[in-house]
Amino acid sequence: MSTYDRSMALTGQPPKEISRNQKIATLIGLSGLAIILLAAFNVSFPNKALWLSISLAAITTGTIWFSWEAYSKKLPGIKNDGVWFKSISSQGFWGWIAGIALTTFYIVLYFYPEYLGLVKDGENKGVIALFDPLSRMLSGNPASQWFVYGTLYTVAILAFGIKFMWKYRHNRYERIRTMSVMFFQTAFAFIIPELMARLNGDKILNGGSLPYYDLKNVWPLNYYNFEGYRIKSFLSSGDIGFALLIFGILSIFVITPILTYKYGKRWYCSWVCGCGGLAETAGDSFRQLSDKTVKAWNIERWVVHSVVVFVTLMTTAVIYSYLGTDTSKYWLTKNTFLIGVAILLTVVFTLVMLFKREQLQKDAQYGAIGYFVIIMALIGMHFFSGDGNVFLFKSETLRKSYSFLIGSIFSGVIGTGFYPILGNRVWCRFGCPMAAILGFQQRLFSKFRITTNGGQCISCGNCSTYCEMGIDVRAYAQKGENIVRSSCVGCGICSAVCPRGVLKLENGPLQGRIDSNQVLMGNDVDLMTLVNKK
Amino acid sequence: MENIVIIGNGIAGVSAARHIRKLSDKRIIIISAETDYFFSRTALMYVYMGHMKFEHIQPYENWFWEKNRIELVRGYVTHVQPQEKQLLIDGSRAIQYDKLIIATGSKPNKFGWPGQDLHGVQGLYSKQDLDLLEVNAPNKETCKRAVIVGGGLIGIELAEMLRSRDIPVTFLVRENSFWNGVLPKGESQLINEHIKEHHIDLRLATNLKEIVADENGKVKSVIIAETGEEIPCDMVGLTAGVTPNIDFLKDSGIELGRGVKVNRFLETNIVDVYAIGDCAEQHEAIGNRRPIEAVWYTGRMMGETVAQTICGNRIEYKPGHWFNSAKFLDIEYQTYGWVFSERNKKEHEEHFHWRHAAEKLCVTMAFDKDSHQFLGINTFGIRMRHEVFDRWLTEKRKIDYVIEHLQDANFDPEFYKNYEHEIVSKFNADFGKSIKPKRKSIKRIFNLKPQHH
Repeated sequence: MSTYDRSMALTGQPPKEISRNQKIATLIGLSGLAIILLAAFNVSFPNKALWLSISLAAITTGTIWFSWEAYSKKLPGIKNDGVWFKSISSQGFWGWIAGIALTTFYIVLYFYPEYLGLVKDGENKGVIALFDPLSRMLSGNPASQWFVYGTLYTVAILAFGIKFMWKYRHNRYERIRTMSVMFFQTAFAFIIPELMARLNGDKILNGGSLPYYDLKNVWPLNYYNFEGYRIKSFLSSGDIGFALLIFGILSIFVITPILTYKYGKRWYCSWVCGCGGLAETAGDSFRQLSDKTVKAWNIERWVVHSVVVFVTLMTTAVIYSYLGTDTSKYWLTKNTFLIGVAILLTVVFTLVMLFKREQLQKDAQYGAIGYFVIIMALIGMHFFSGDGNVFLFKSETLRKSYSFLIGSIFSGVIGTGFYPILGNRVWCRFGCPMAAILGFQQRLFSKFRITTNGGQCISCGNCSTYCEMGIDVRAYAQKGENIVRSSCVGCGICSAVCPRGVLKLENGPLQGRIDSNQVLMGNDVDLMTLVNKK
Repeated sequence: MENIVIIGNGIAGVSAARHIRKLSDKRIIIISAETDYFFSRTALMYVYMGHMKFEHIQPYENWFWEKNRIELVRGYVTHVQPQEKQLLIDGSRAIQYDKLIIATGSKPNKFGWPGQDLHGVQGLYSKQDLDLLEVNAPNKETCKRAVIVGGGLIGIELAEMLRSRDIPVTFLVRENSFWNGVLPKGESQLINEHIKEHHIDLRLATNLKEIVADENGKVKSVIIAETGEEIPCDMVGLTAGVTPNIDFLKDSGIELGRGVKVNRFLETNIVDVYAIGDCAEQHEAIGNRRPIEAVWYTGRMMGETVAQTICGNRIEYKPGHWFNSAKFLDIEYQTYGWVFSERNKKEHEEHFHWRHAAEKLCVTMAFDKDSHQFLGINTFGIRMRHEVFDRWLTEKRKIDYVIEHLQDANFDPEFYKNYEHEIVSKFNADFGKSIKPKRKSIKRIFNLKPQHH
């Protein structure tokens, strides 16, 4: 064997430069964006409805045509050729440009909507004015920056969803899942809330009004769902509002655990959720960028669980702040509520520690104990501190800092803006409290797991590389171990990219789900029993 | 403390090291001339294709080795001197061992073709081969056409790699149908078609006569034996199988055949010297297996076995039922048990073959003509569950039982179309049976209650 060695510098060109048609498609797509950009610089378009339609149609057509050119001429199968040679998908120059552009957009969107043309108590200008006709058509109200964002978000999921379905057209699981995500975004996140807004003040709401409510968003993802103004809105609109409030509570305590028990957290994270939907469609080109090191895993566990504690504290504080003390006025008082929370947390904590302790890693156990102590201590403080100053801070301060740090910076600016740098599920992986809670349920009592196919694994690493959640799937597969990880969102790509058919997402019996043999098939029985004994 | 030295950091050597560490506190040294760290050889193709970077095909992070106290030495072992229990690296540095494990793998075959050592001619096995491919065939401008000689698994992978960069490929296959020494003809035919779908210029029943050099000693063209046709090309891939990489052992006193001769305990003729993986050769073949098996998982299993022996629990290498898998461009292939090609089929072996009318999917099952015992299955484009077939083979199930319970063995992702009903009706039609497929049963699949028969 020669000892001749070179660095792995890849001198090759990208496998395929984009074709002429793709260049035209890019031009069309960018021209759609250009209209929006012109509007941002206060070019006032005469017929806004027409120009908006042209713009959105151009963006959609451009994206879809580009993808059609990319995939239609290839046979169905895995299409990752050259992913690591392309600047956009390998943290190269265009990746950074895209990251910076997205991040800038998010900063303007969240913190400087006036630059987009938002005018309080007056006619909108700029981009937002461009979207007014569509908003009026749906809800009857003028657009806001969130309506602009919602529209673009939905267009992105639809156009890139079609791209995704072409890319994985050999894989029915991926196609059906993507259709589901596209449906929930368009209907539940975009159209239904707008139509609900149209009902406000209507007689079926008894003259009351409903808050903007994306029905598929469950607490703690919609951490604001139990704030005073929303509760008032719900209660102001009679039976329908009350039913929605009850639905919001049932989603947390009943619907979610049952679905997660049966199907794992994927029913939400990769079939329903909008953040997941954008990550899977528009973010698909960046899934290989997630960090798989053990270091990243450790950071992930601490950060995501801290967010859960934070959101629980914050919500408790917010609800606490608007409850009264007088039992004769309303049964739920500050005291009853806090005691209720304390009991609930104690029950969950005790049950987990009694029955599922061995399934948690040691650090997760310490973490759980730590968090539990903190929450209990803070609740205890209530009884010693004066009113209004719950948990040492004012609840409004807590809410504002959560909304700023997690709701804006993490879920938007970093979560989506950093797709091209840190991968497409940064938010889901490190920040989303909902994913963490569902993951906790998945780890403890779900029928879901990824099974491995005997000894077929060749440790090639495709599964790990293309895991958007940064799970080192190969580490489990090459040991023949079932994969039961709380962070797994069940996107199914590890199974899709495996060249040996080793991985399968399965809902099966709980028995033996976690304690799988760390032994691969193929060895004779003696060796297997031997290793099993260890 | 005992000093265990392992030559070769492939899957066999590394599995041995990992298991020795699990079982003991011995000093472990792995020597490799190829790379600093273990990587998955079978994944080299994905680096060239841009699916992964080289670091992604390394299964362990770089700190893993130090943490597990596995010492890594980069160097080429030139001599092994069993009398002194030492070996020489690069002809000079000596390393002592108490126990030596040889796990040096394979090298590509060369059959003495004229021009086989020219620039631009290469095999595909090592990391260095991949680096060389980046020189020989970085893109379609530098490499206007590549010719691949030899129709096996590495050949088709190399073709897929080059096609991923749009390089035109001519594929010379000696047999009259691709891999038909291993695959039954229906399957071989399916792969022929699939190769052509990928715009690969497949030449069956074609032999290489010679490789022609240009004035710089670089490959210019190849000449075909049968027709005398000259095909201009910038790169020639030699993929006609591999042989054990054992030249450095020639005067060591260790008994060699094609590979390092070992007994069932993976011991060589010299005490405290073992050989595992691609380079080990059994004195007698185990079952239907070949004496030398250059397969990823057998390397792994031999590593696990030798680790037991070295840590005081001397056990035989006893591979279970044969299985394997591969991917032909877009078609996944799995095999469990034995399905022989027409060329190697035994008298009593009967085949049942099903192929989908439009899609590239097919299944072949082998069974005993007289006893109807199920012998094995080849499956293309349908994933099957290893555990279930392993169990059925152990239980010596009849073919009818396997056909009836086929749904239990399906391992395709959810929502995939199932073809079991079609397969069963084809079987019924072929053999005049009236088997009704049993519905999939979670209990049976996960073997929740022990089955008796």
